[in-house]
Amino acid sequence: MDLPVISNAPVAAEGGGCASSGCGSAPDALAHLPDEIRAKVQDHPCYSEDAHHYFARMHVAVAPACNIQCNYCNRKYDCSNESRPGVVSELLTPDQALKKIKAVAAEIPQMTVLGIAGPGDPLANPGRTFETFRMLSEQTPDIKLCVSTNGLNLPQYADEIAKHNIDHVTITINCVDPEIGAKIYPWIYWNNKRIRGVEGARILIEQQQKGLEALTSRGILVKVNSVLIPGVNDEHLKEVSKIVKAKGAFLHNVMPLIAEAEHGTYYGLMAQRGPTDEELQALQDECAGDMSMMRHCRQCRADAVGLLGEDRGDEFTMDKIDVMDVDYEAAMVRRKAVHDDIINKLESERAAKAAKVPVHLSIAADTRPVLMAVAGKNGVVAEHFGHAREFLIYEASPEGVRFISHRKTELYCAGLDTCGDGGVAAEDEPESVLERNIRTLSGCEVVLCSKIGFEPWGMLEAAGIQPNGEHAMEPIEDAVMAVYKEMYDAGKLAVPGQARQVA
Amino acid sequence: MALQITAQCVNCWACYDVCPNDAIYEDKPHFLIDDAKCTECLGDHADPQCAAICPIECAIIDELGEALNPPGSLTGIPLEKLAELAAQGLVTTELP
Repeated sequence: MDLPVISNAPVAAEGGGCASSGCGSAPDALAHLPDEIRAKVQDHPCYSEDAHHYFARMHVAVAPACNIQCNYCNRKYDCSNESRPGVVSELLTPDQALKKIKAVAAEIPQMTVLGIAGPGDPLANPGRTFETFRMLSEQTPDIKLCVSTNGLNLPQYADEIAKHNIDHVTITINCVDPEIGAKIYPWIYWNNKRIRGVEGARILIEQQQKGLEALTSRGILVKVNSVLIPGVNDEHLKEVSKIVKAKGAFLHNVMPLIAEAEHGTYYGLMAQRGPTDEELQALQDECAGDMSMMRHCRQCRADAVGLLGEDRGDEFTMDKIDVMDVDYEAAMVRRKAVHDDIINKLESERAAKAAKVPVHLSIAADTRPVLMAVAGKNGVVAEHFGHAREFLIYEASPEGVRFISHRKTELYCAGLDTCGDGGVAAEDEPESVLERNIRTLSGCEVVLCSKIGFEPWGMLEAAGIQPNGEHAMEPIEDAVMAVYKEMYDAGKLAVPGQARQVA
Repeated sequence: MALQITAQCVNCWACYDVCPNDAIYEDKPHFLIDDAKCTECLGDHADPQCAAICPIECAIIDELGEALNPPGSLTGIPLEKLAELAAQGLVTTELP
């Protein structure tokens, strides 16, 4: 079966027409997908911005071995390819993994997706990885299975993957040029030898491309992840994007390099910098085109449990699971009820969105877009400015509202009556936490939150960012559009935004 | 004639899976090589397999205590830079 190629061109909504599902106040990020693929991904927390508020995922760390070295990974801790640096707390055997998955599925019925993502490369651990998948296909048929890989062993396992009803595979592809590859991968283990430099990268690239074709020709959904490494593969990723989409990848997810000296990675130790938020966004726009499906990606750890952005792994350590007695047949009945409820809720939300006359239609088509930062939770403007651990960045334009990214902040407010010294830099620090957080929001013109203190209000205004606490508990996309409309009506969008040149 | 695993080992299982002699076994605090079974892959492969896949410098040594993957050989970090990083406490690799 041939999977359709997704181009960078915007979905057809020109000529006054309106793609049926792509025309809410928020353009449906999945609207461009053929029905068959959309049905597979619309309830998947990693692929659907809507779904990730309700459905949860988990990874099990059954795959410790790796067959390549990436310069952004340090095996002394963990692999940052698909999982954030930090020790995987517990490596599991396939039997332990099965037990943990059943316990989580019973306890968190919203958990619909199980991935094997490391901490090494799942396909460099074929015995442990496929034993886990085999047991899951038999015993937990209501859980979707995913696997991610560096692609080196992918061609030889494509048939095995197809056998286990694994419908999503993620391949990390950072380059298609071996010269660039040699700057990312110092060596690979191939045919019983360690192969270094350009030759190693050439083999890896060849296997990744063969593997990608092998999967798409078998009708398996493939997402491609790329790590954006400024000065190494940034320009090159545009070419990678074209090639992987032409070969049938349904999604290209560009993630920022995470490199700090204390992680002990080659890039961290050699002071290779990661991309700025603006650089990442510009490249994501270029590579993803209209596909904003992965902007909520949180680069989860290889043993993450729960909703995206949360980790409930501590509730399910082996000592706790050992004393749990799970009746999975009974759990499946409960899970079905919970899933049906969520799907009904999602469908009615989608229908309500489609039925409303979109506000954005009353805004002139040549009006400039505005970036807004939102302190949100579960899809609504819900957090106090000082309590937000991350801000969700949205872009409002005459075409609607789209989610762009999330930016992490440091917590400066401890929940006391006053915000303590958050606004004041410690003697040995050039900037206060609050100042750093405000810098994180560069490019944004508005901050939406449920409440905000007097001091940050003044500092935000001074930085050219308008705080807004008037939309507490409203759905984020409605609130963003309402503020955009107010700015438009007040004539504020006729002048270039102060912050806009960096966006 | 046998190789050994040092305290640098991170227990990643990579060598365990590729050893043609099943000479590697799980132990605490790290994996070990059974010296009665290890042949250093003579007759099976051109390179000892544990050392060919091991991602950690100085984790596999020979009978003379020489590392098969000495400092800098796997990461490509120059030795001068490694010395500098060690002085800052950022790396713990033993330098020759």
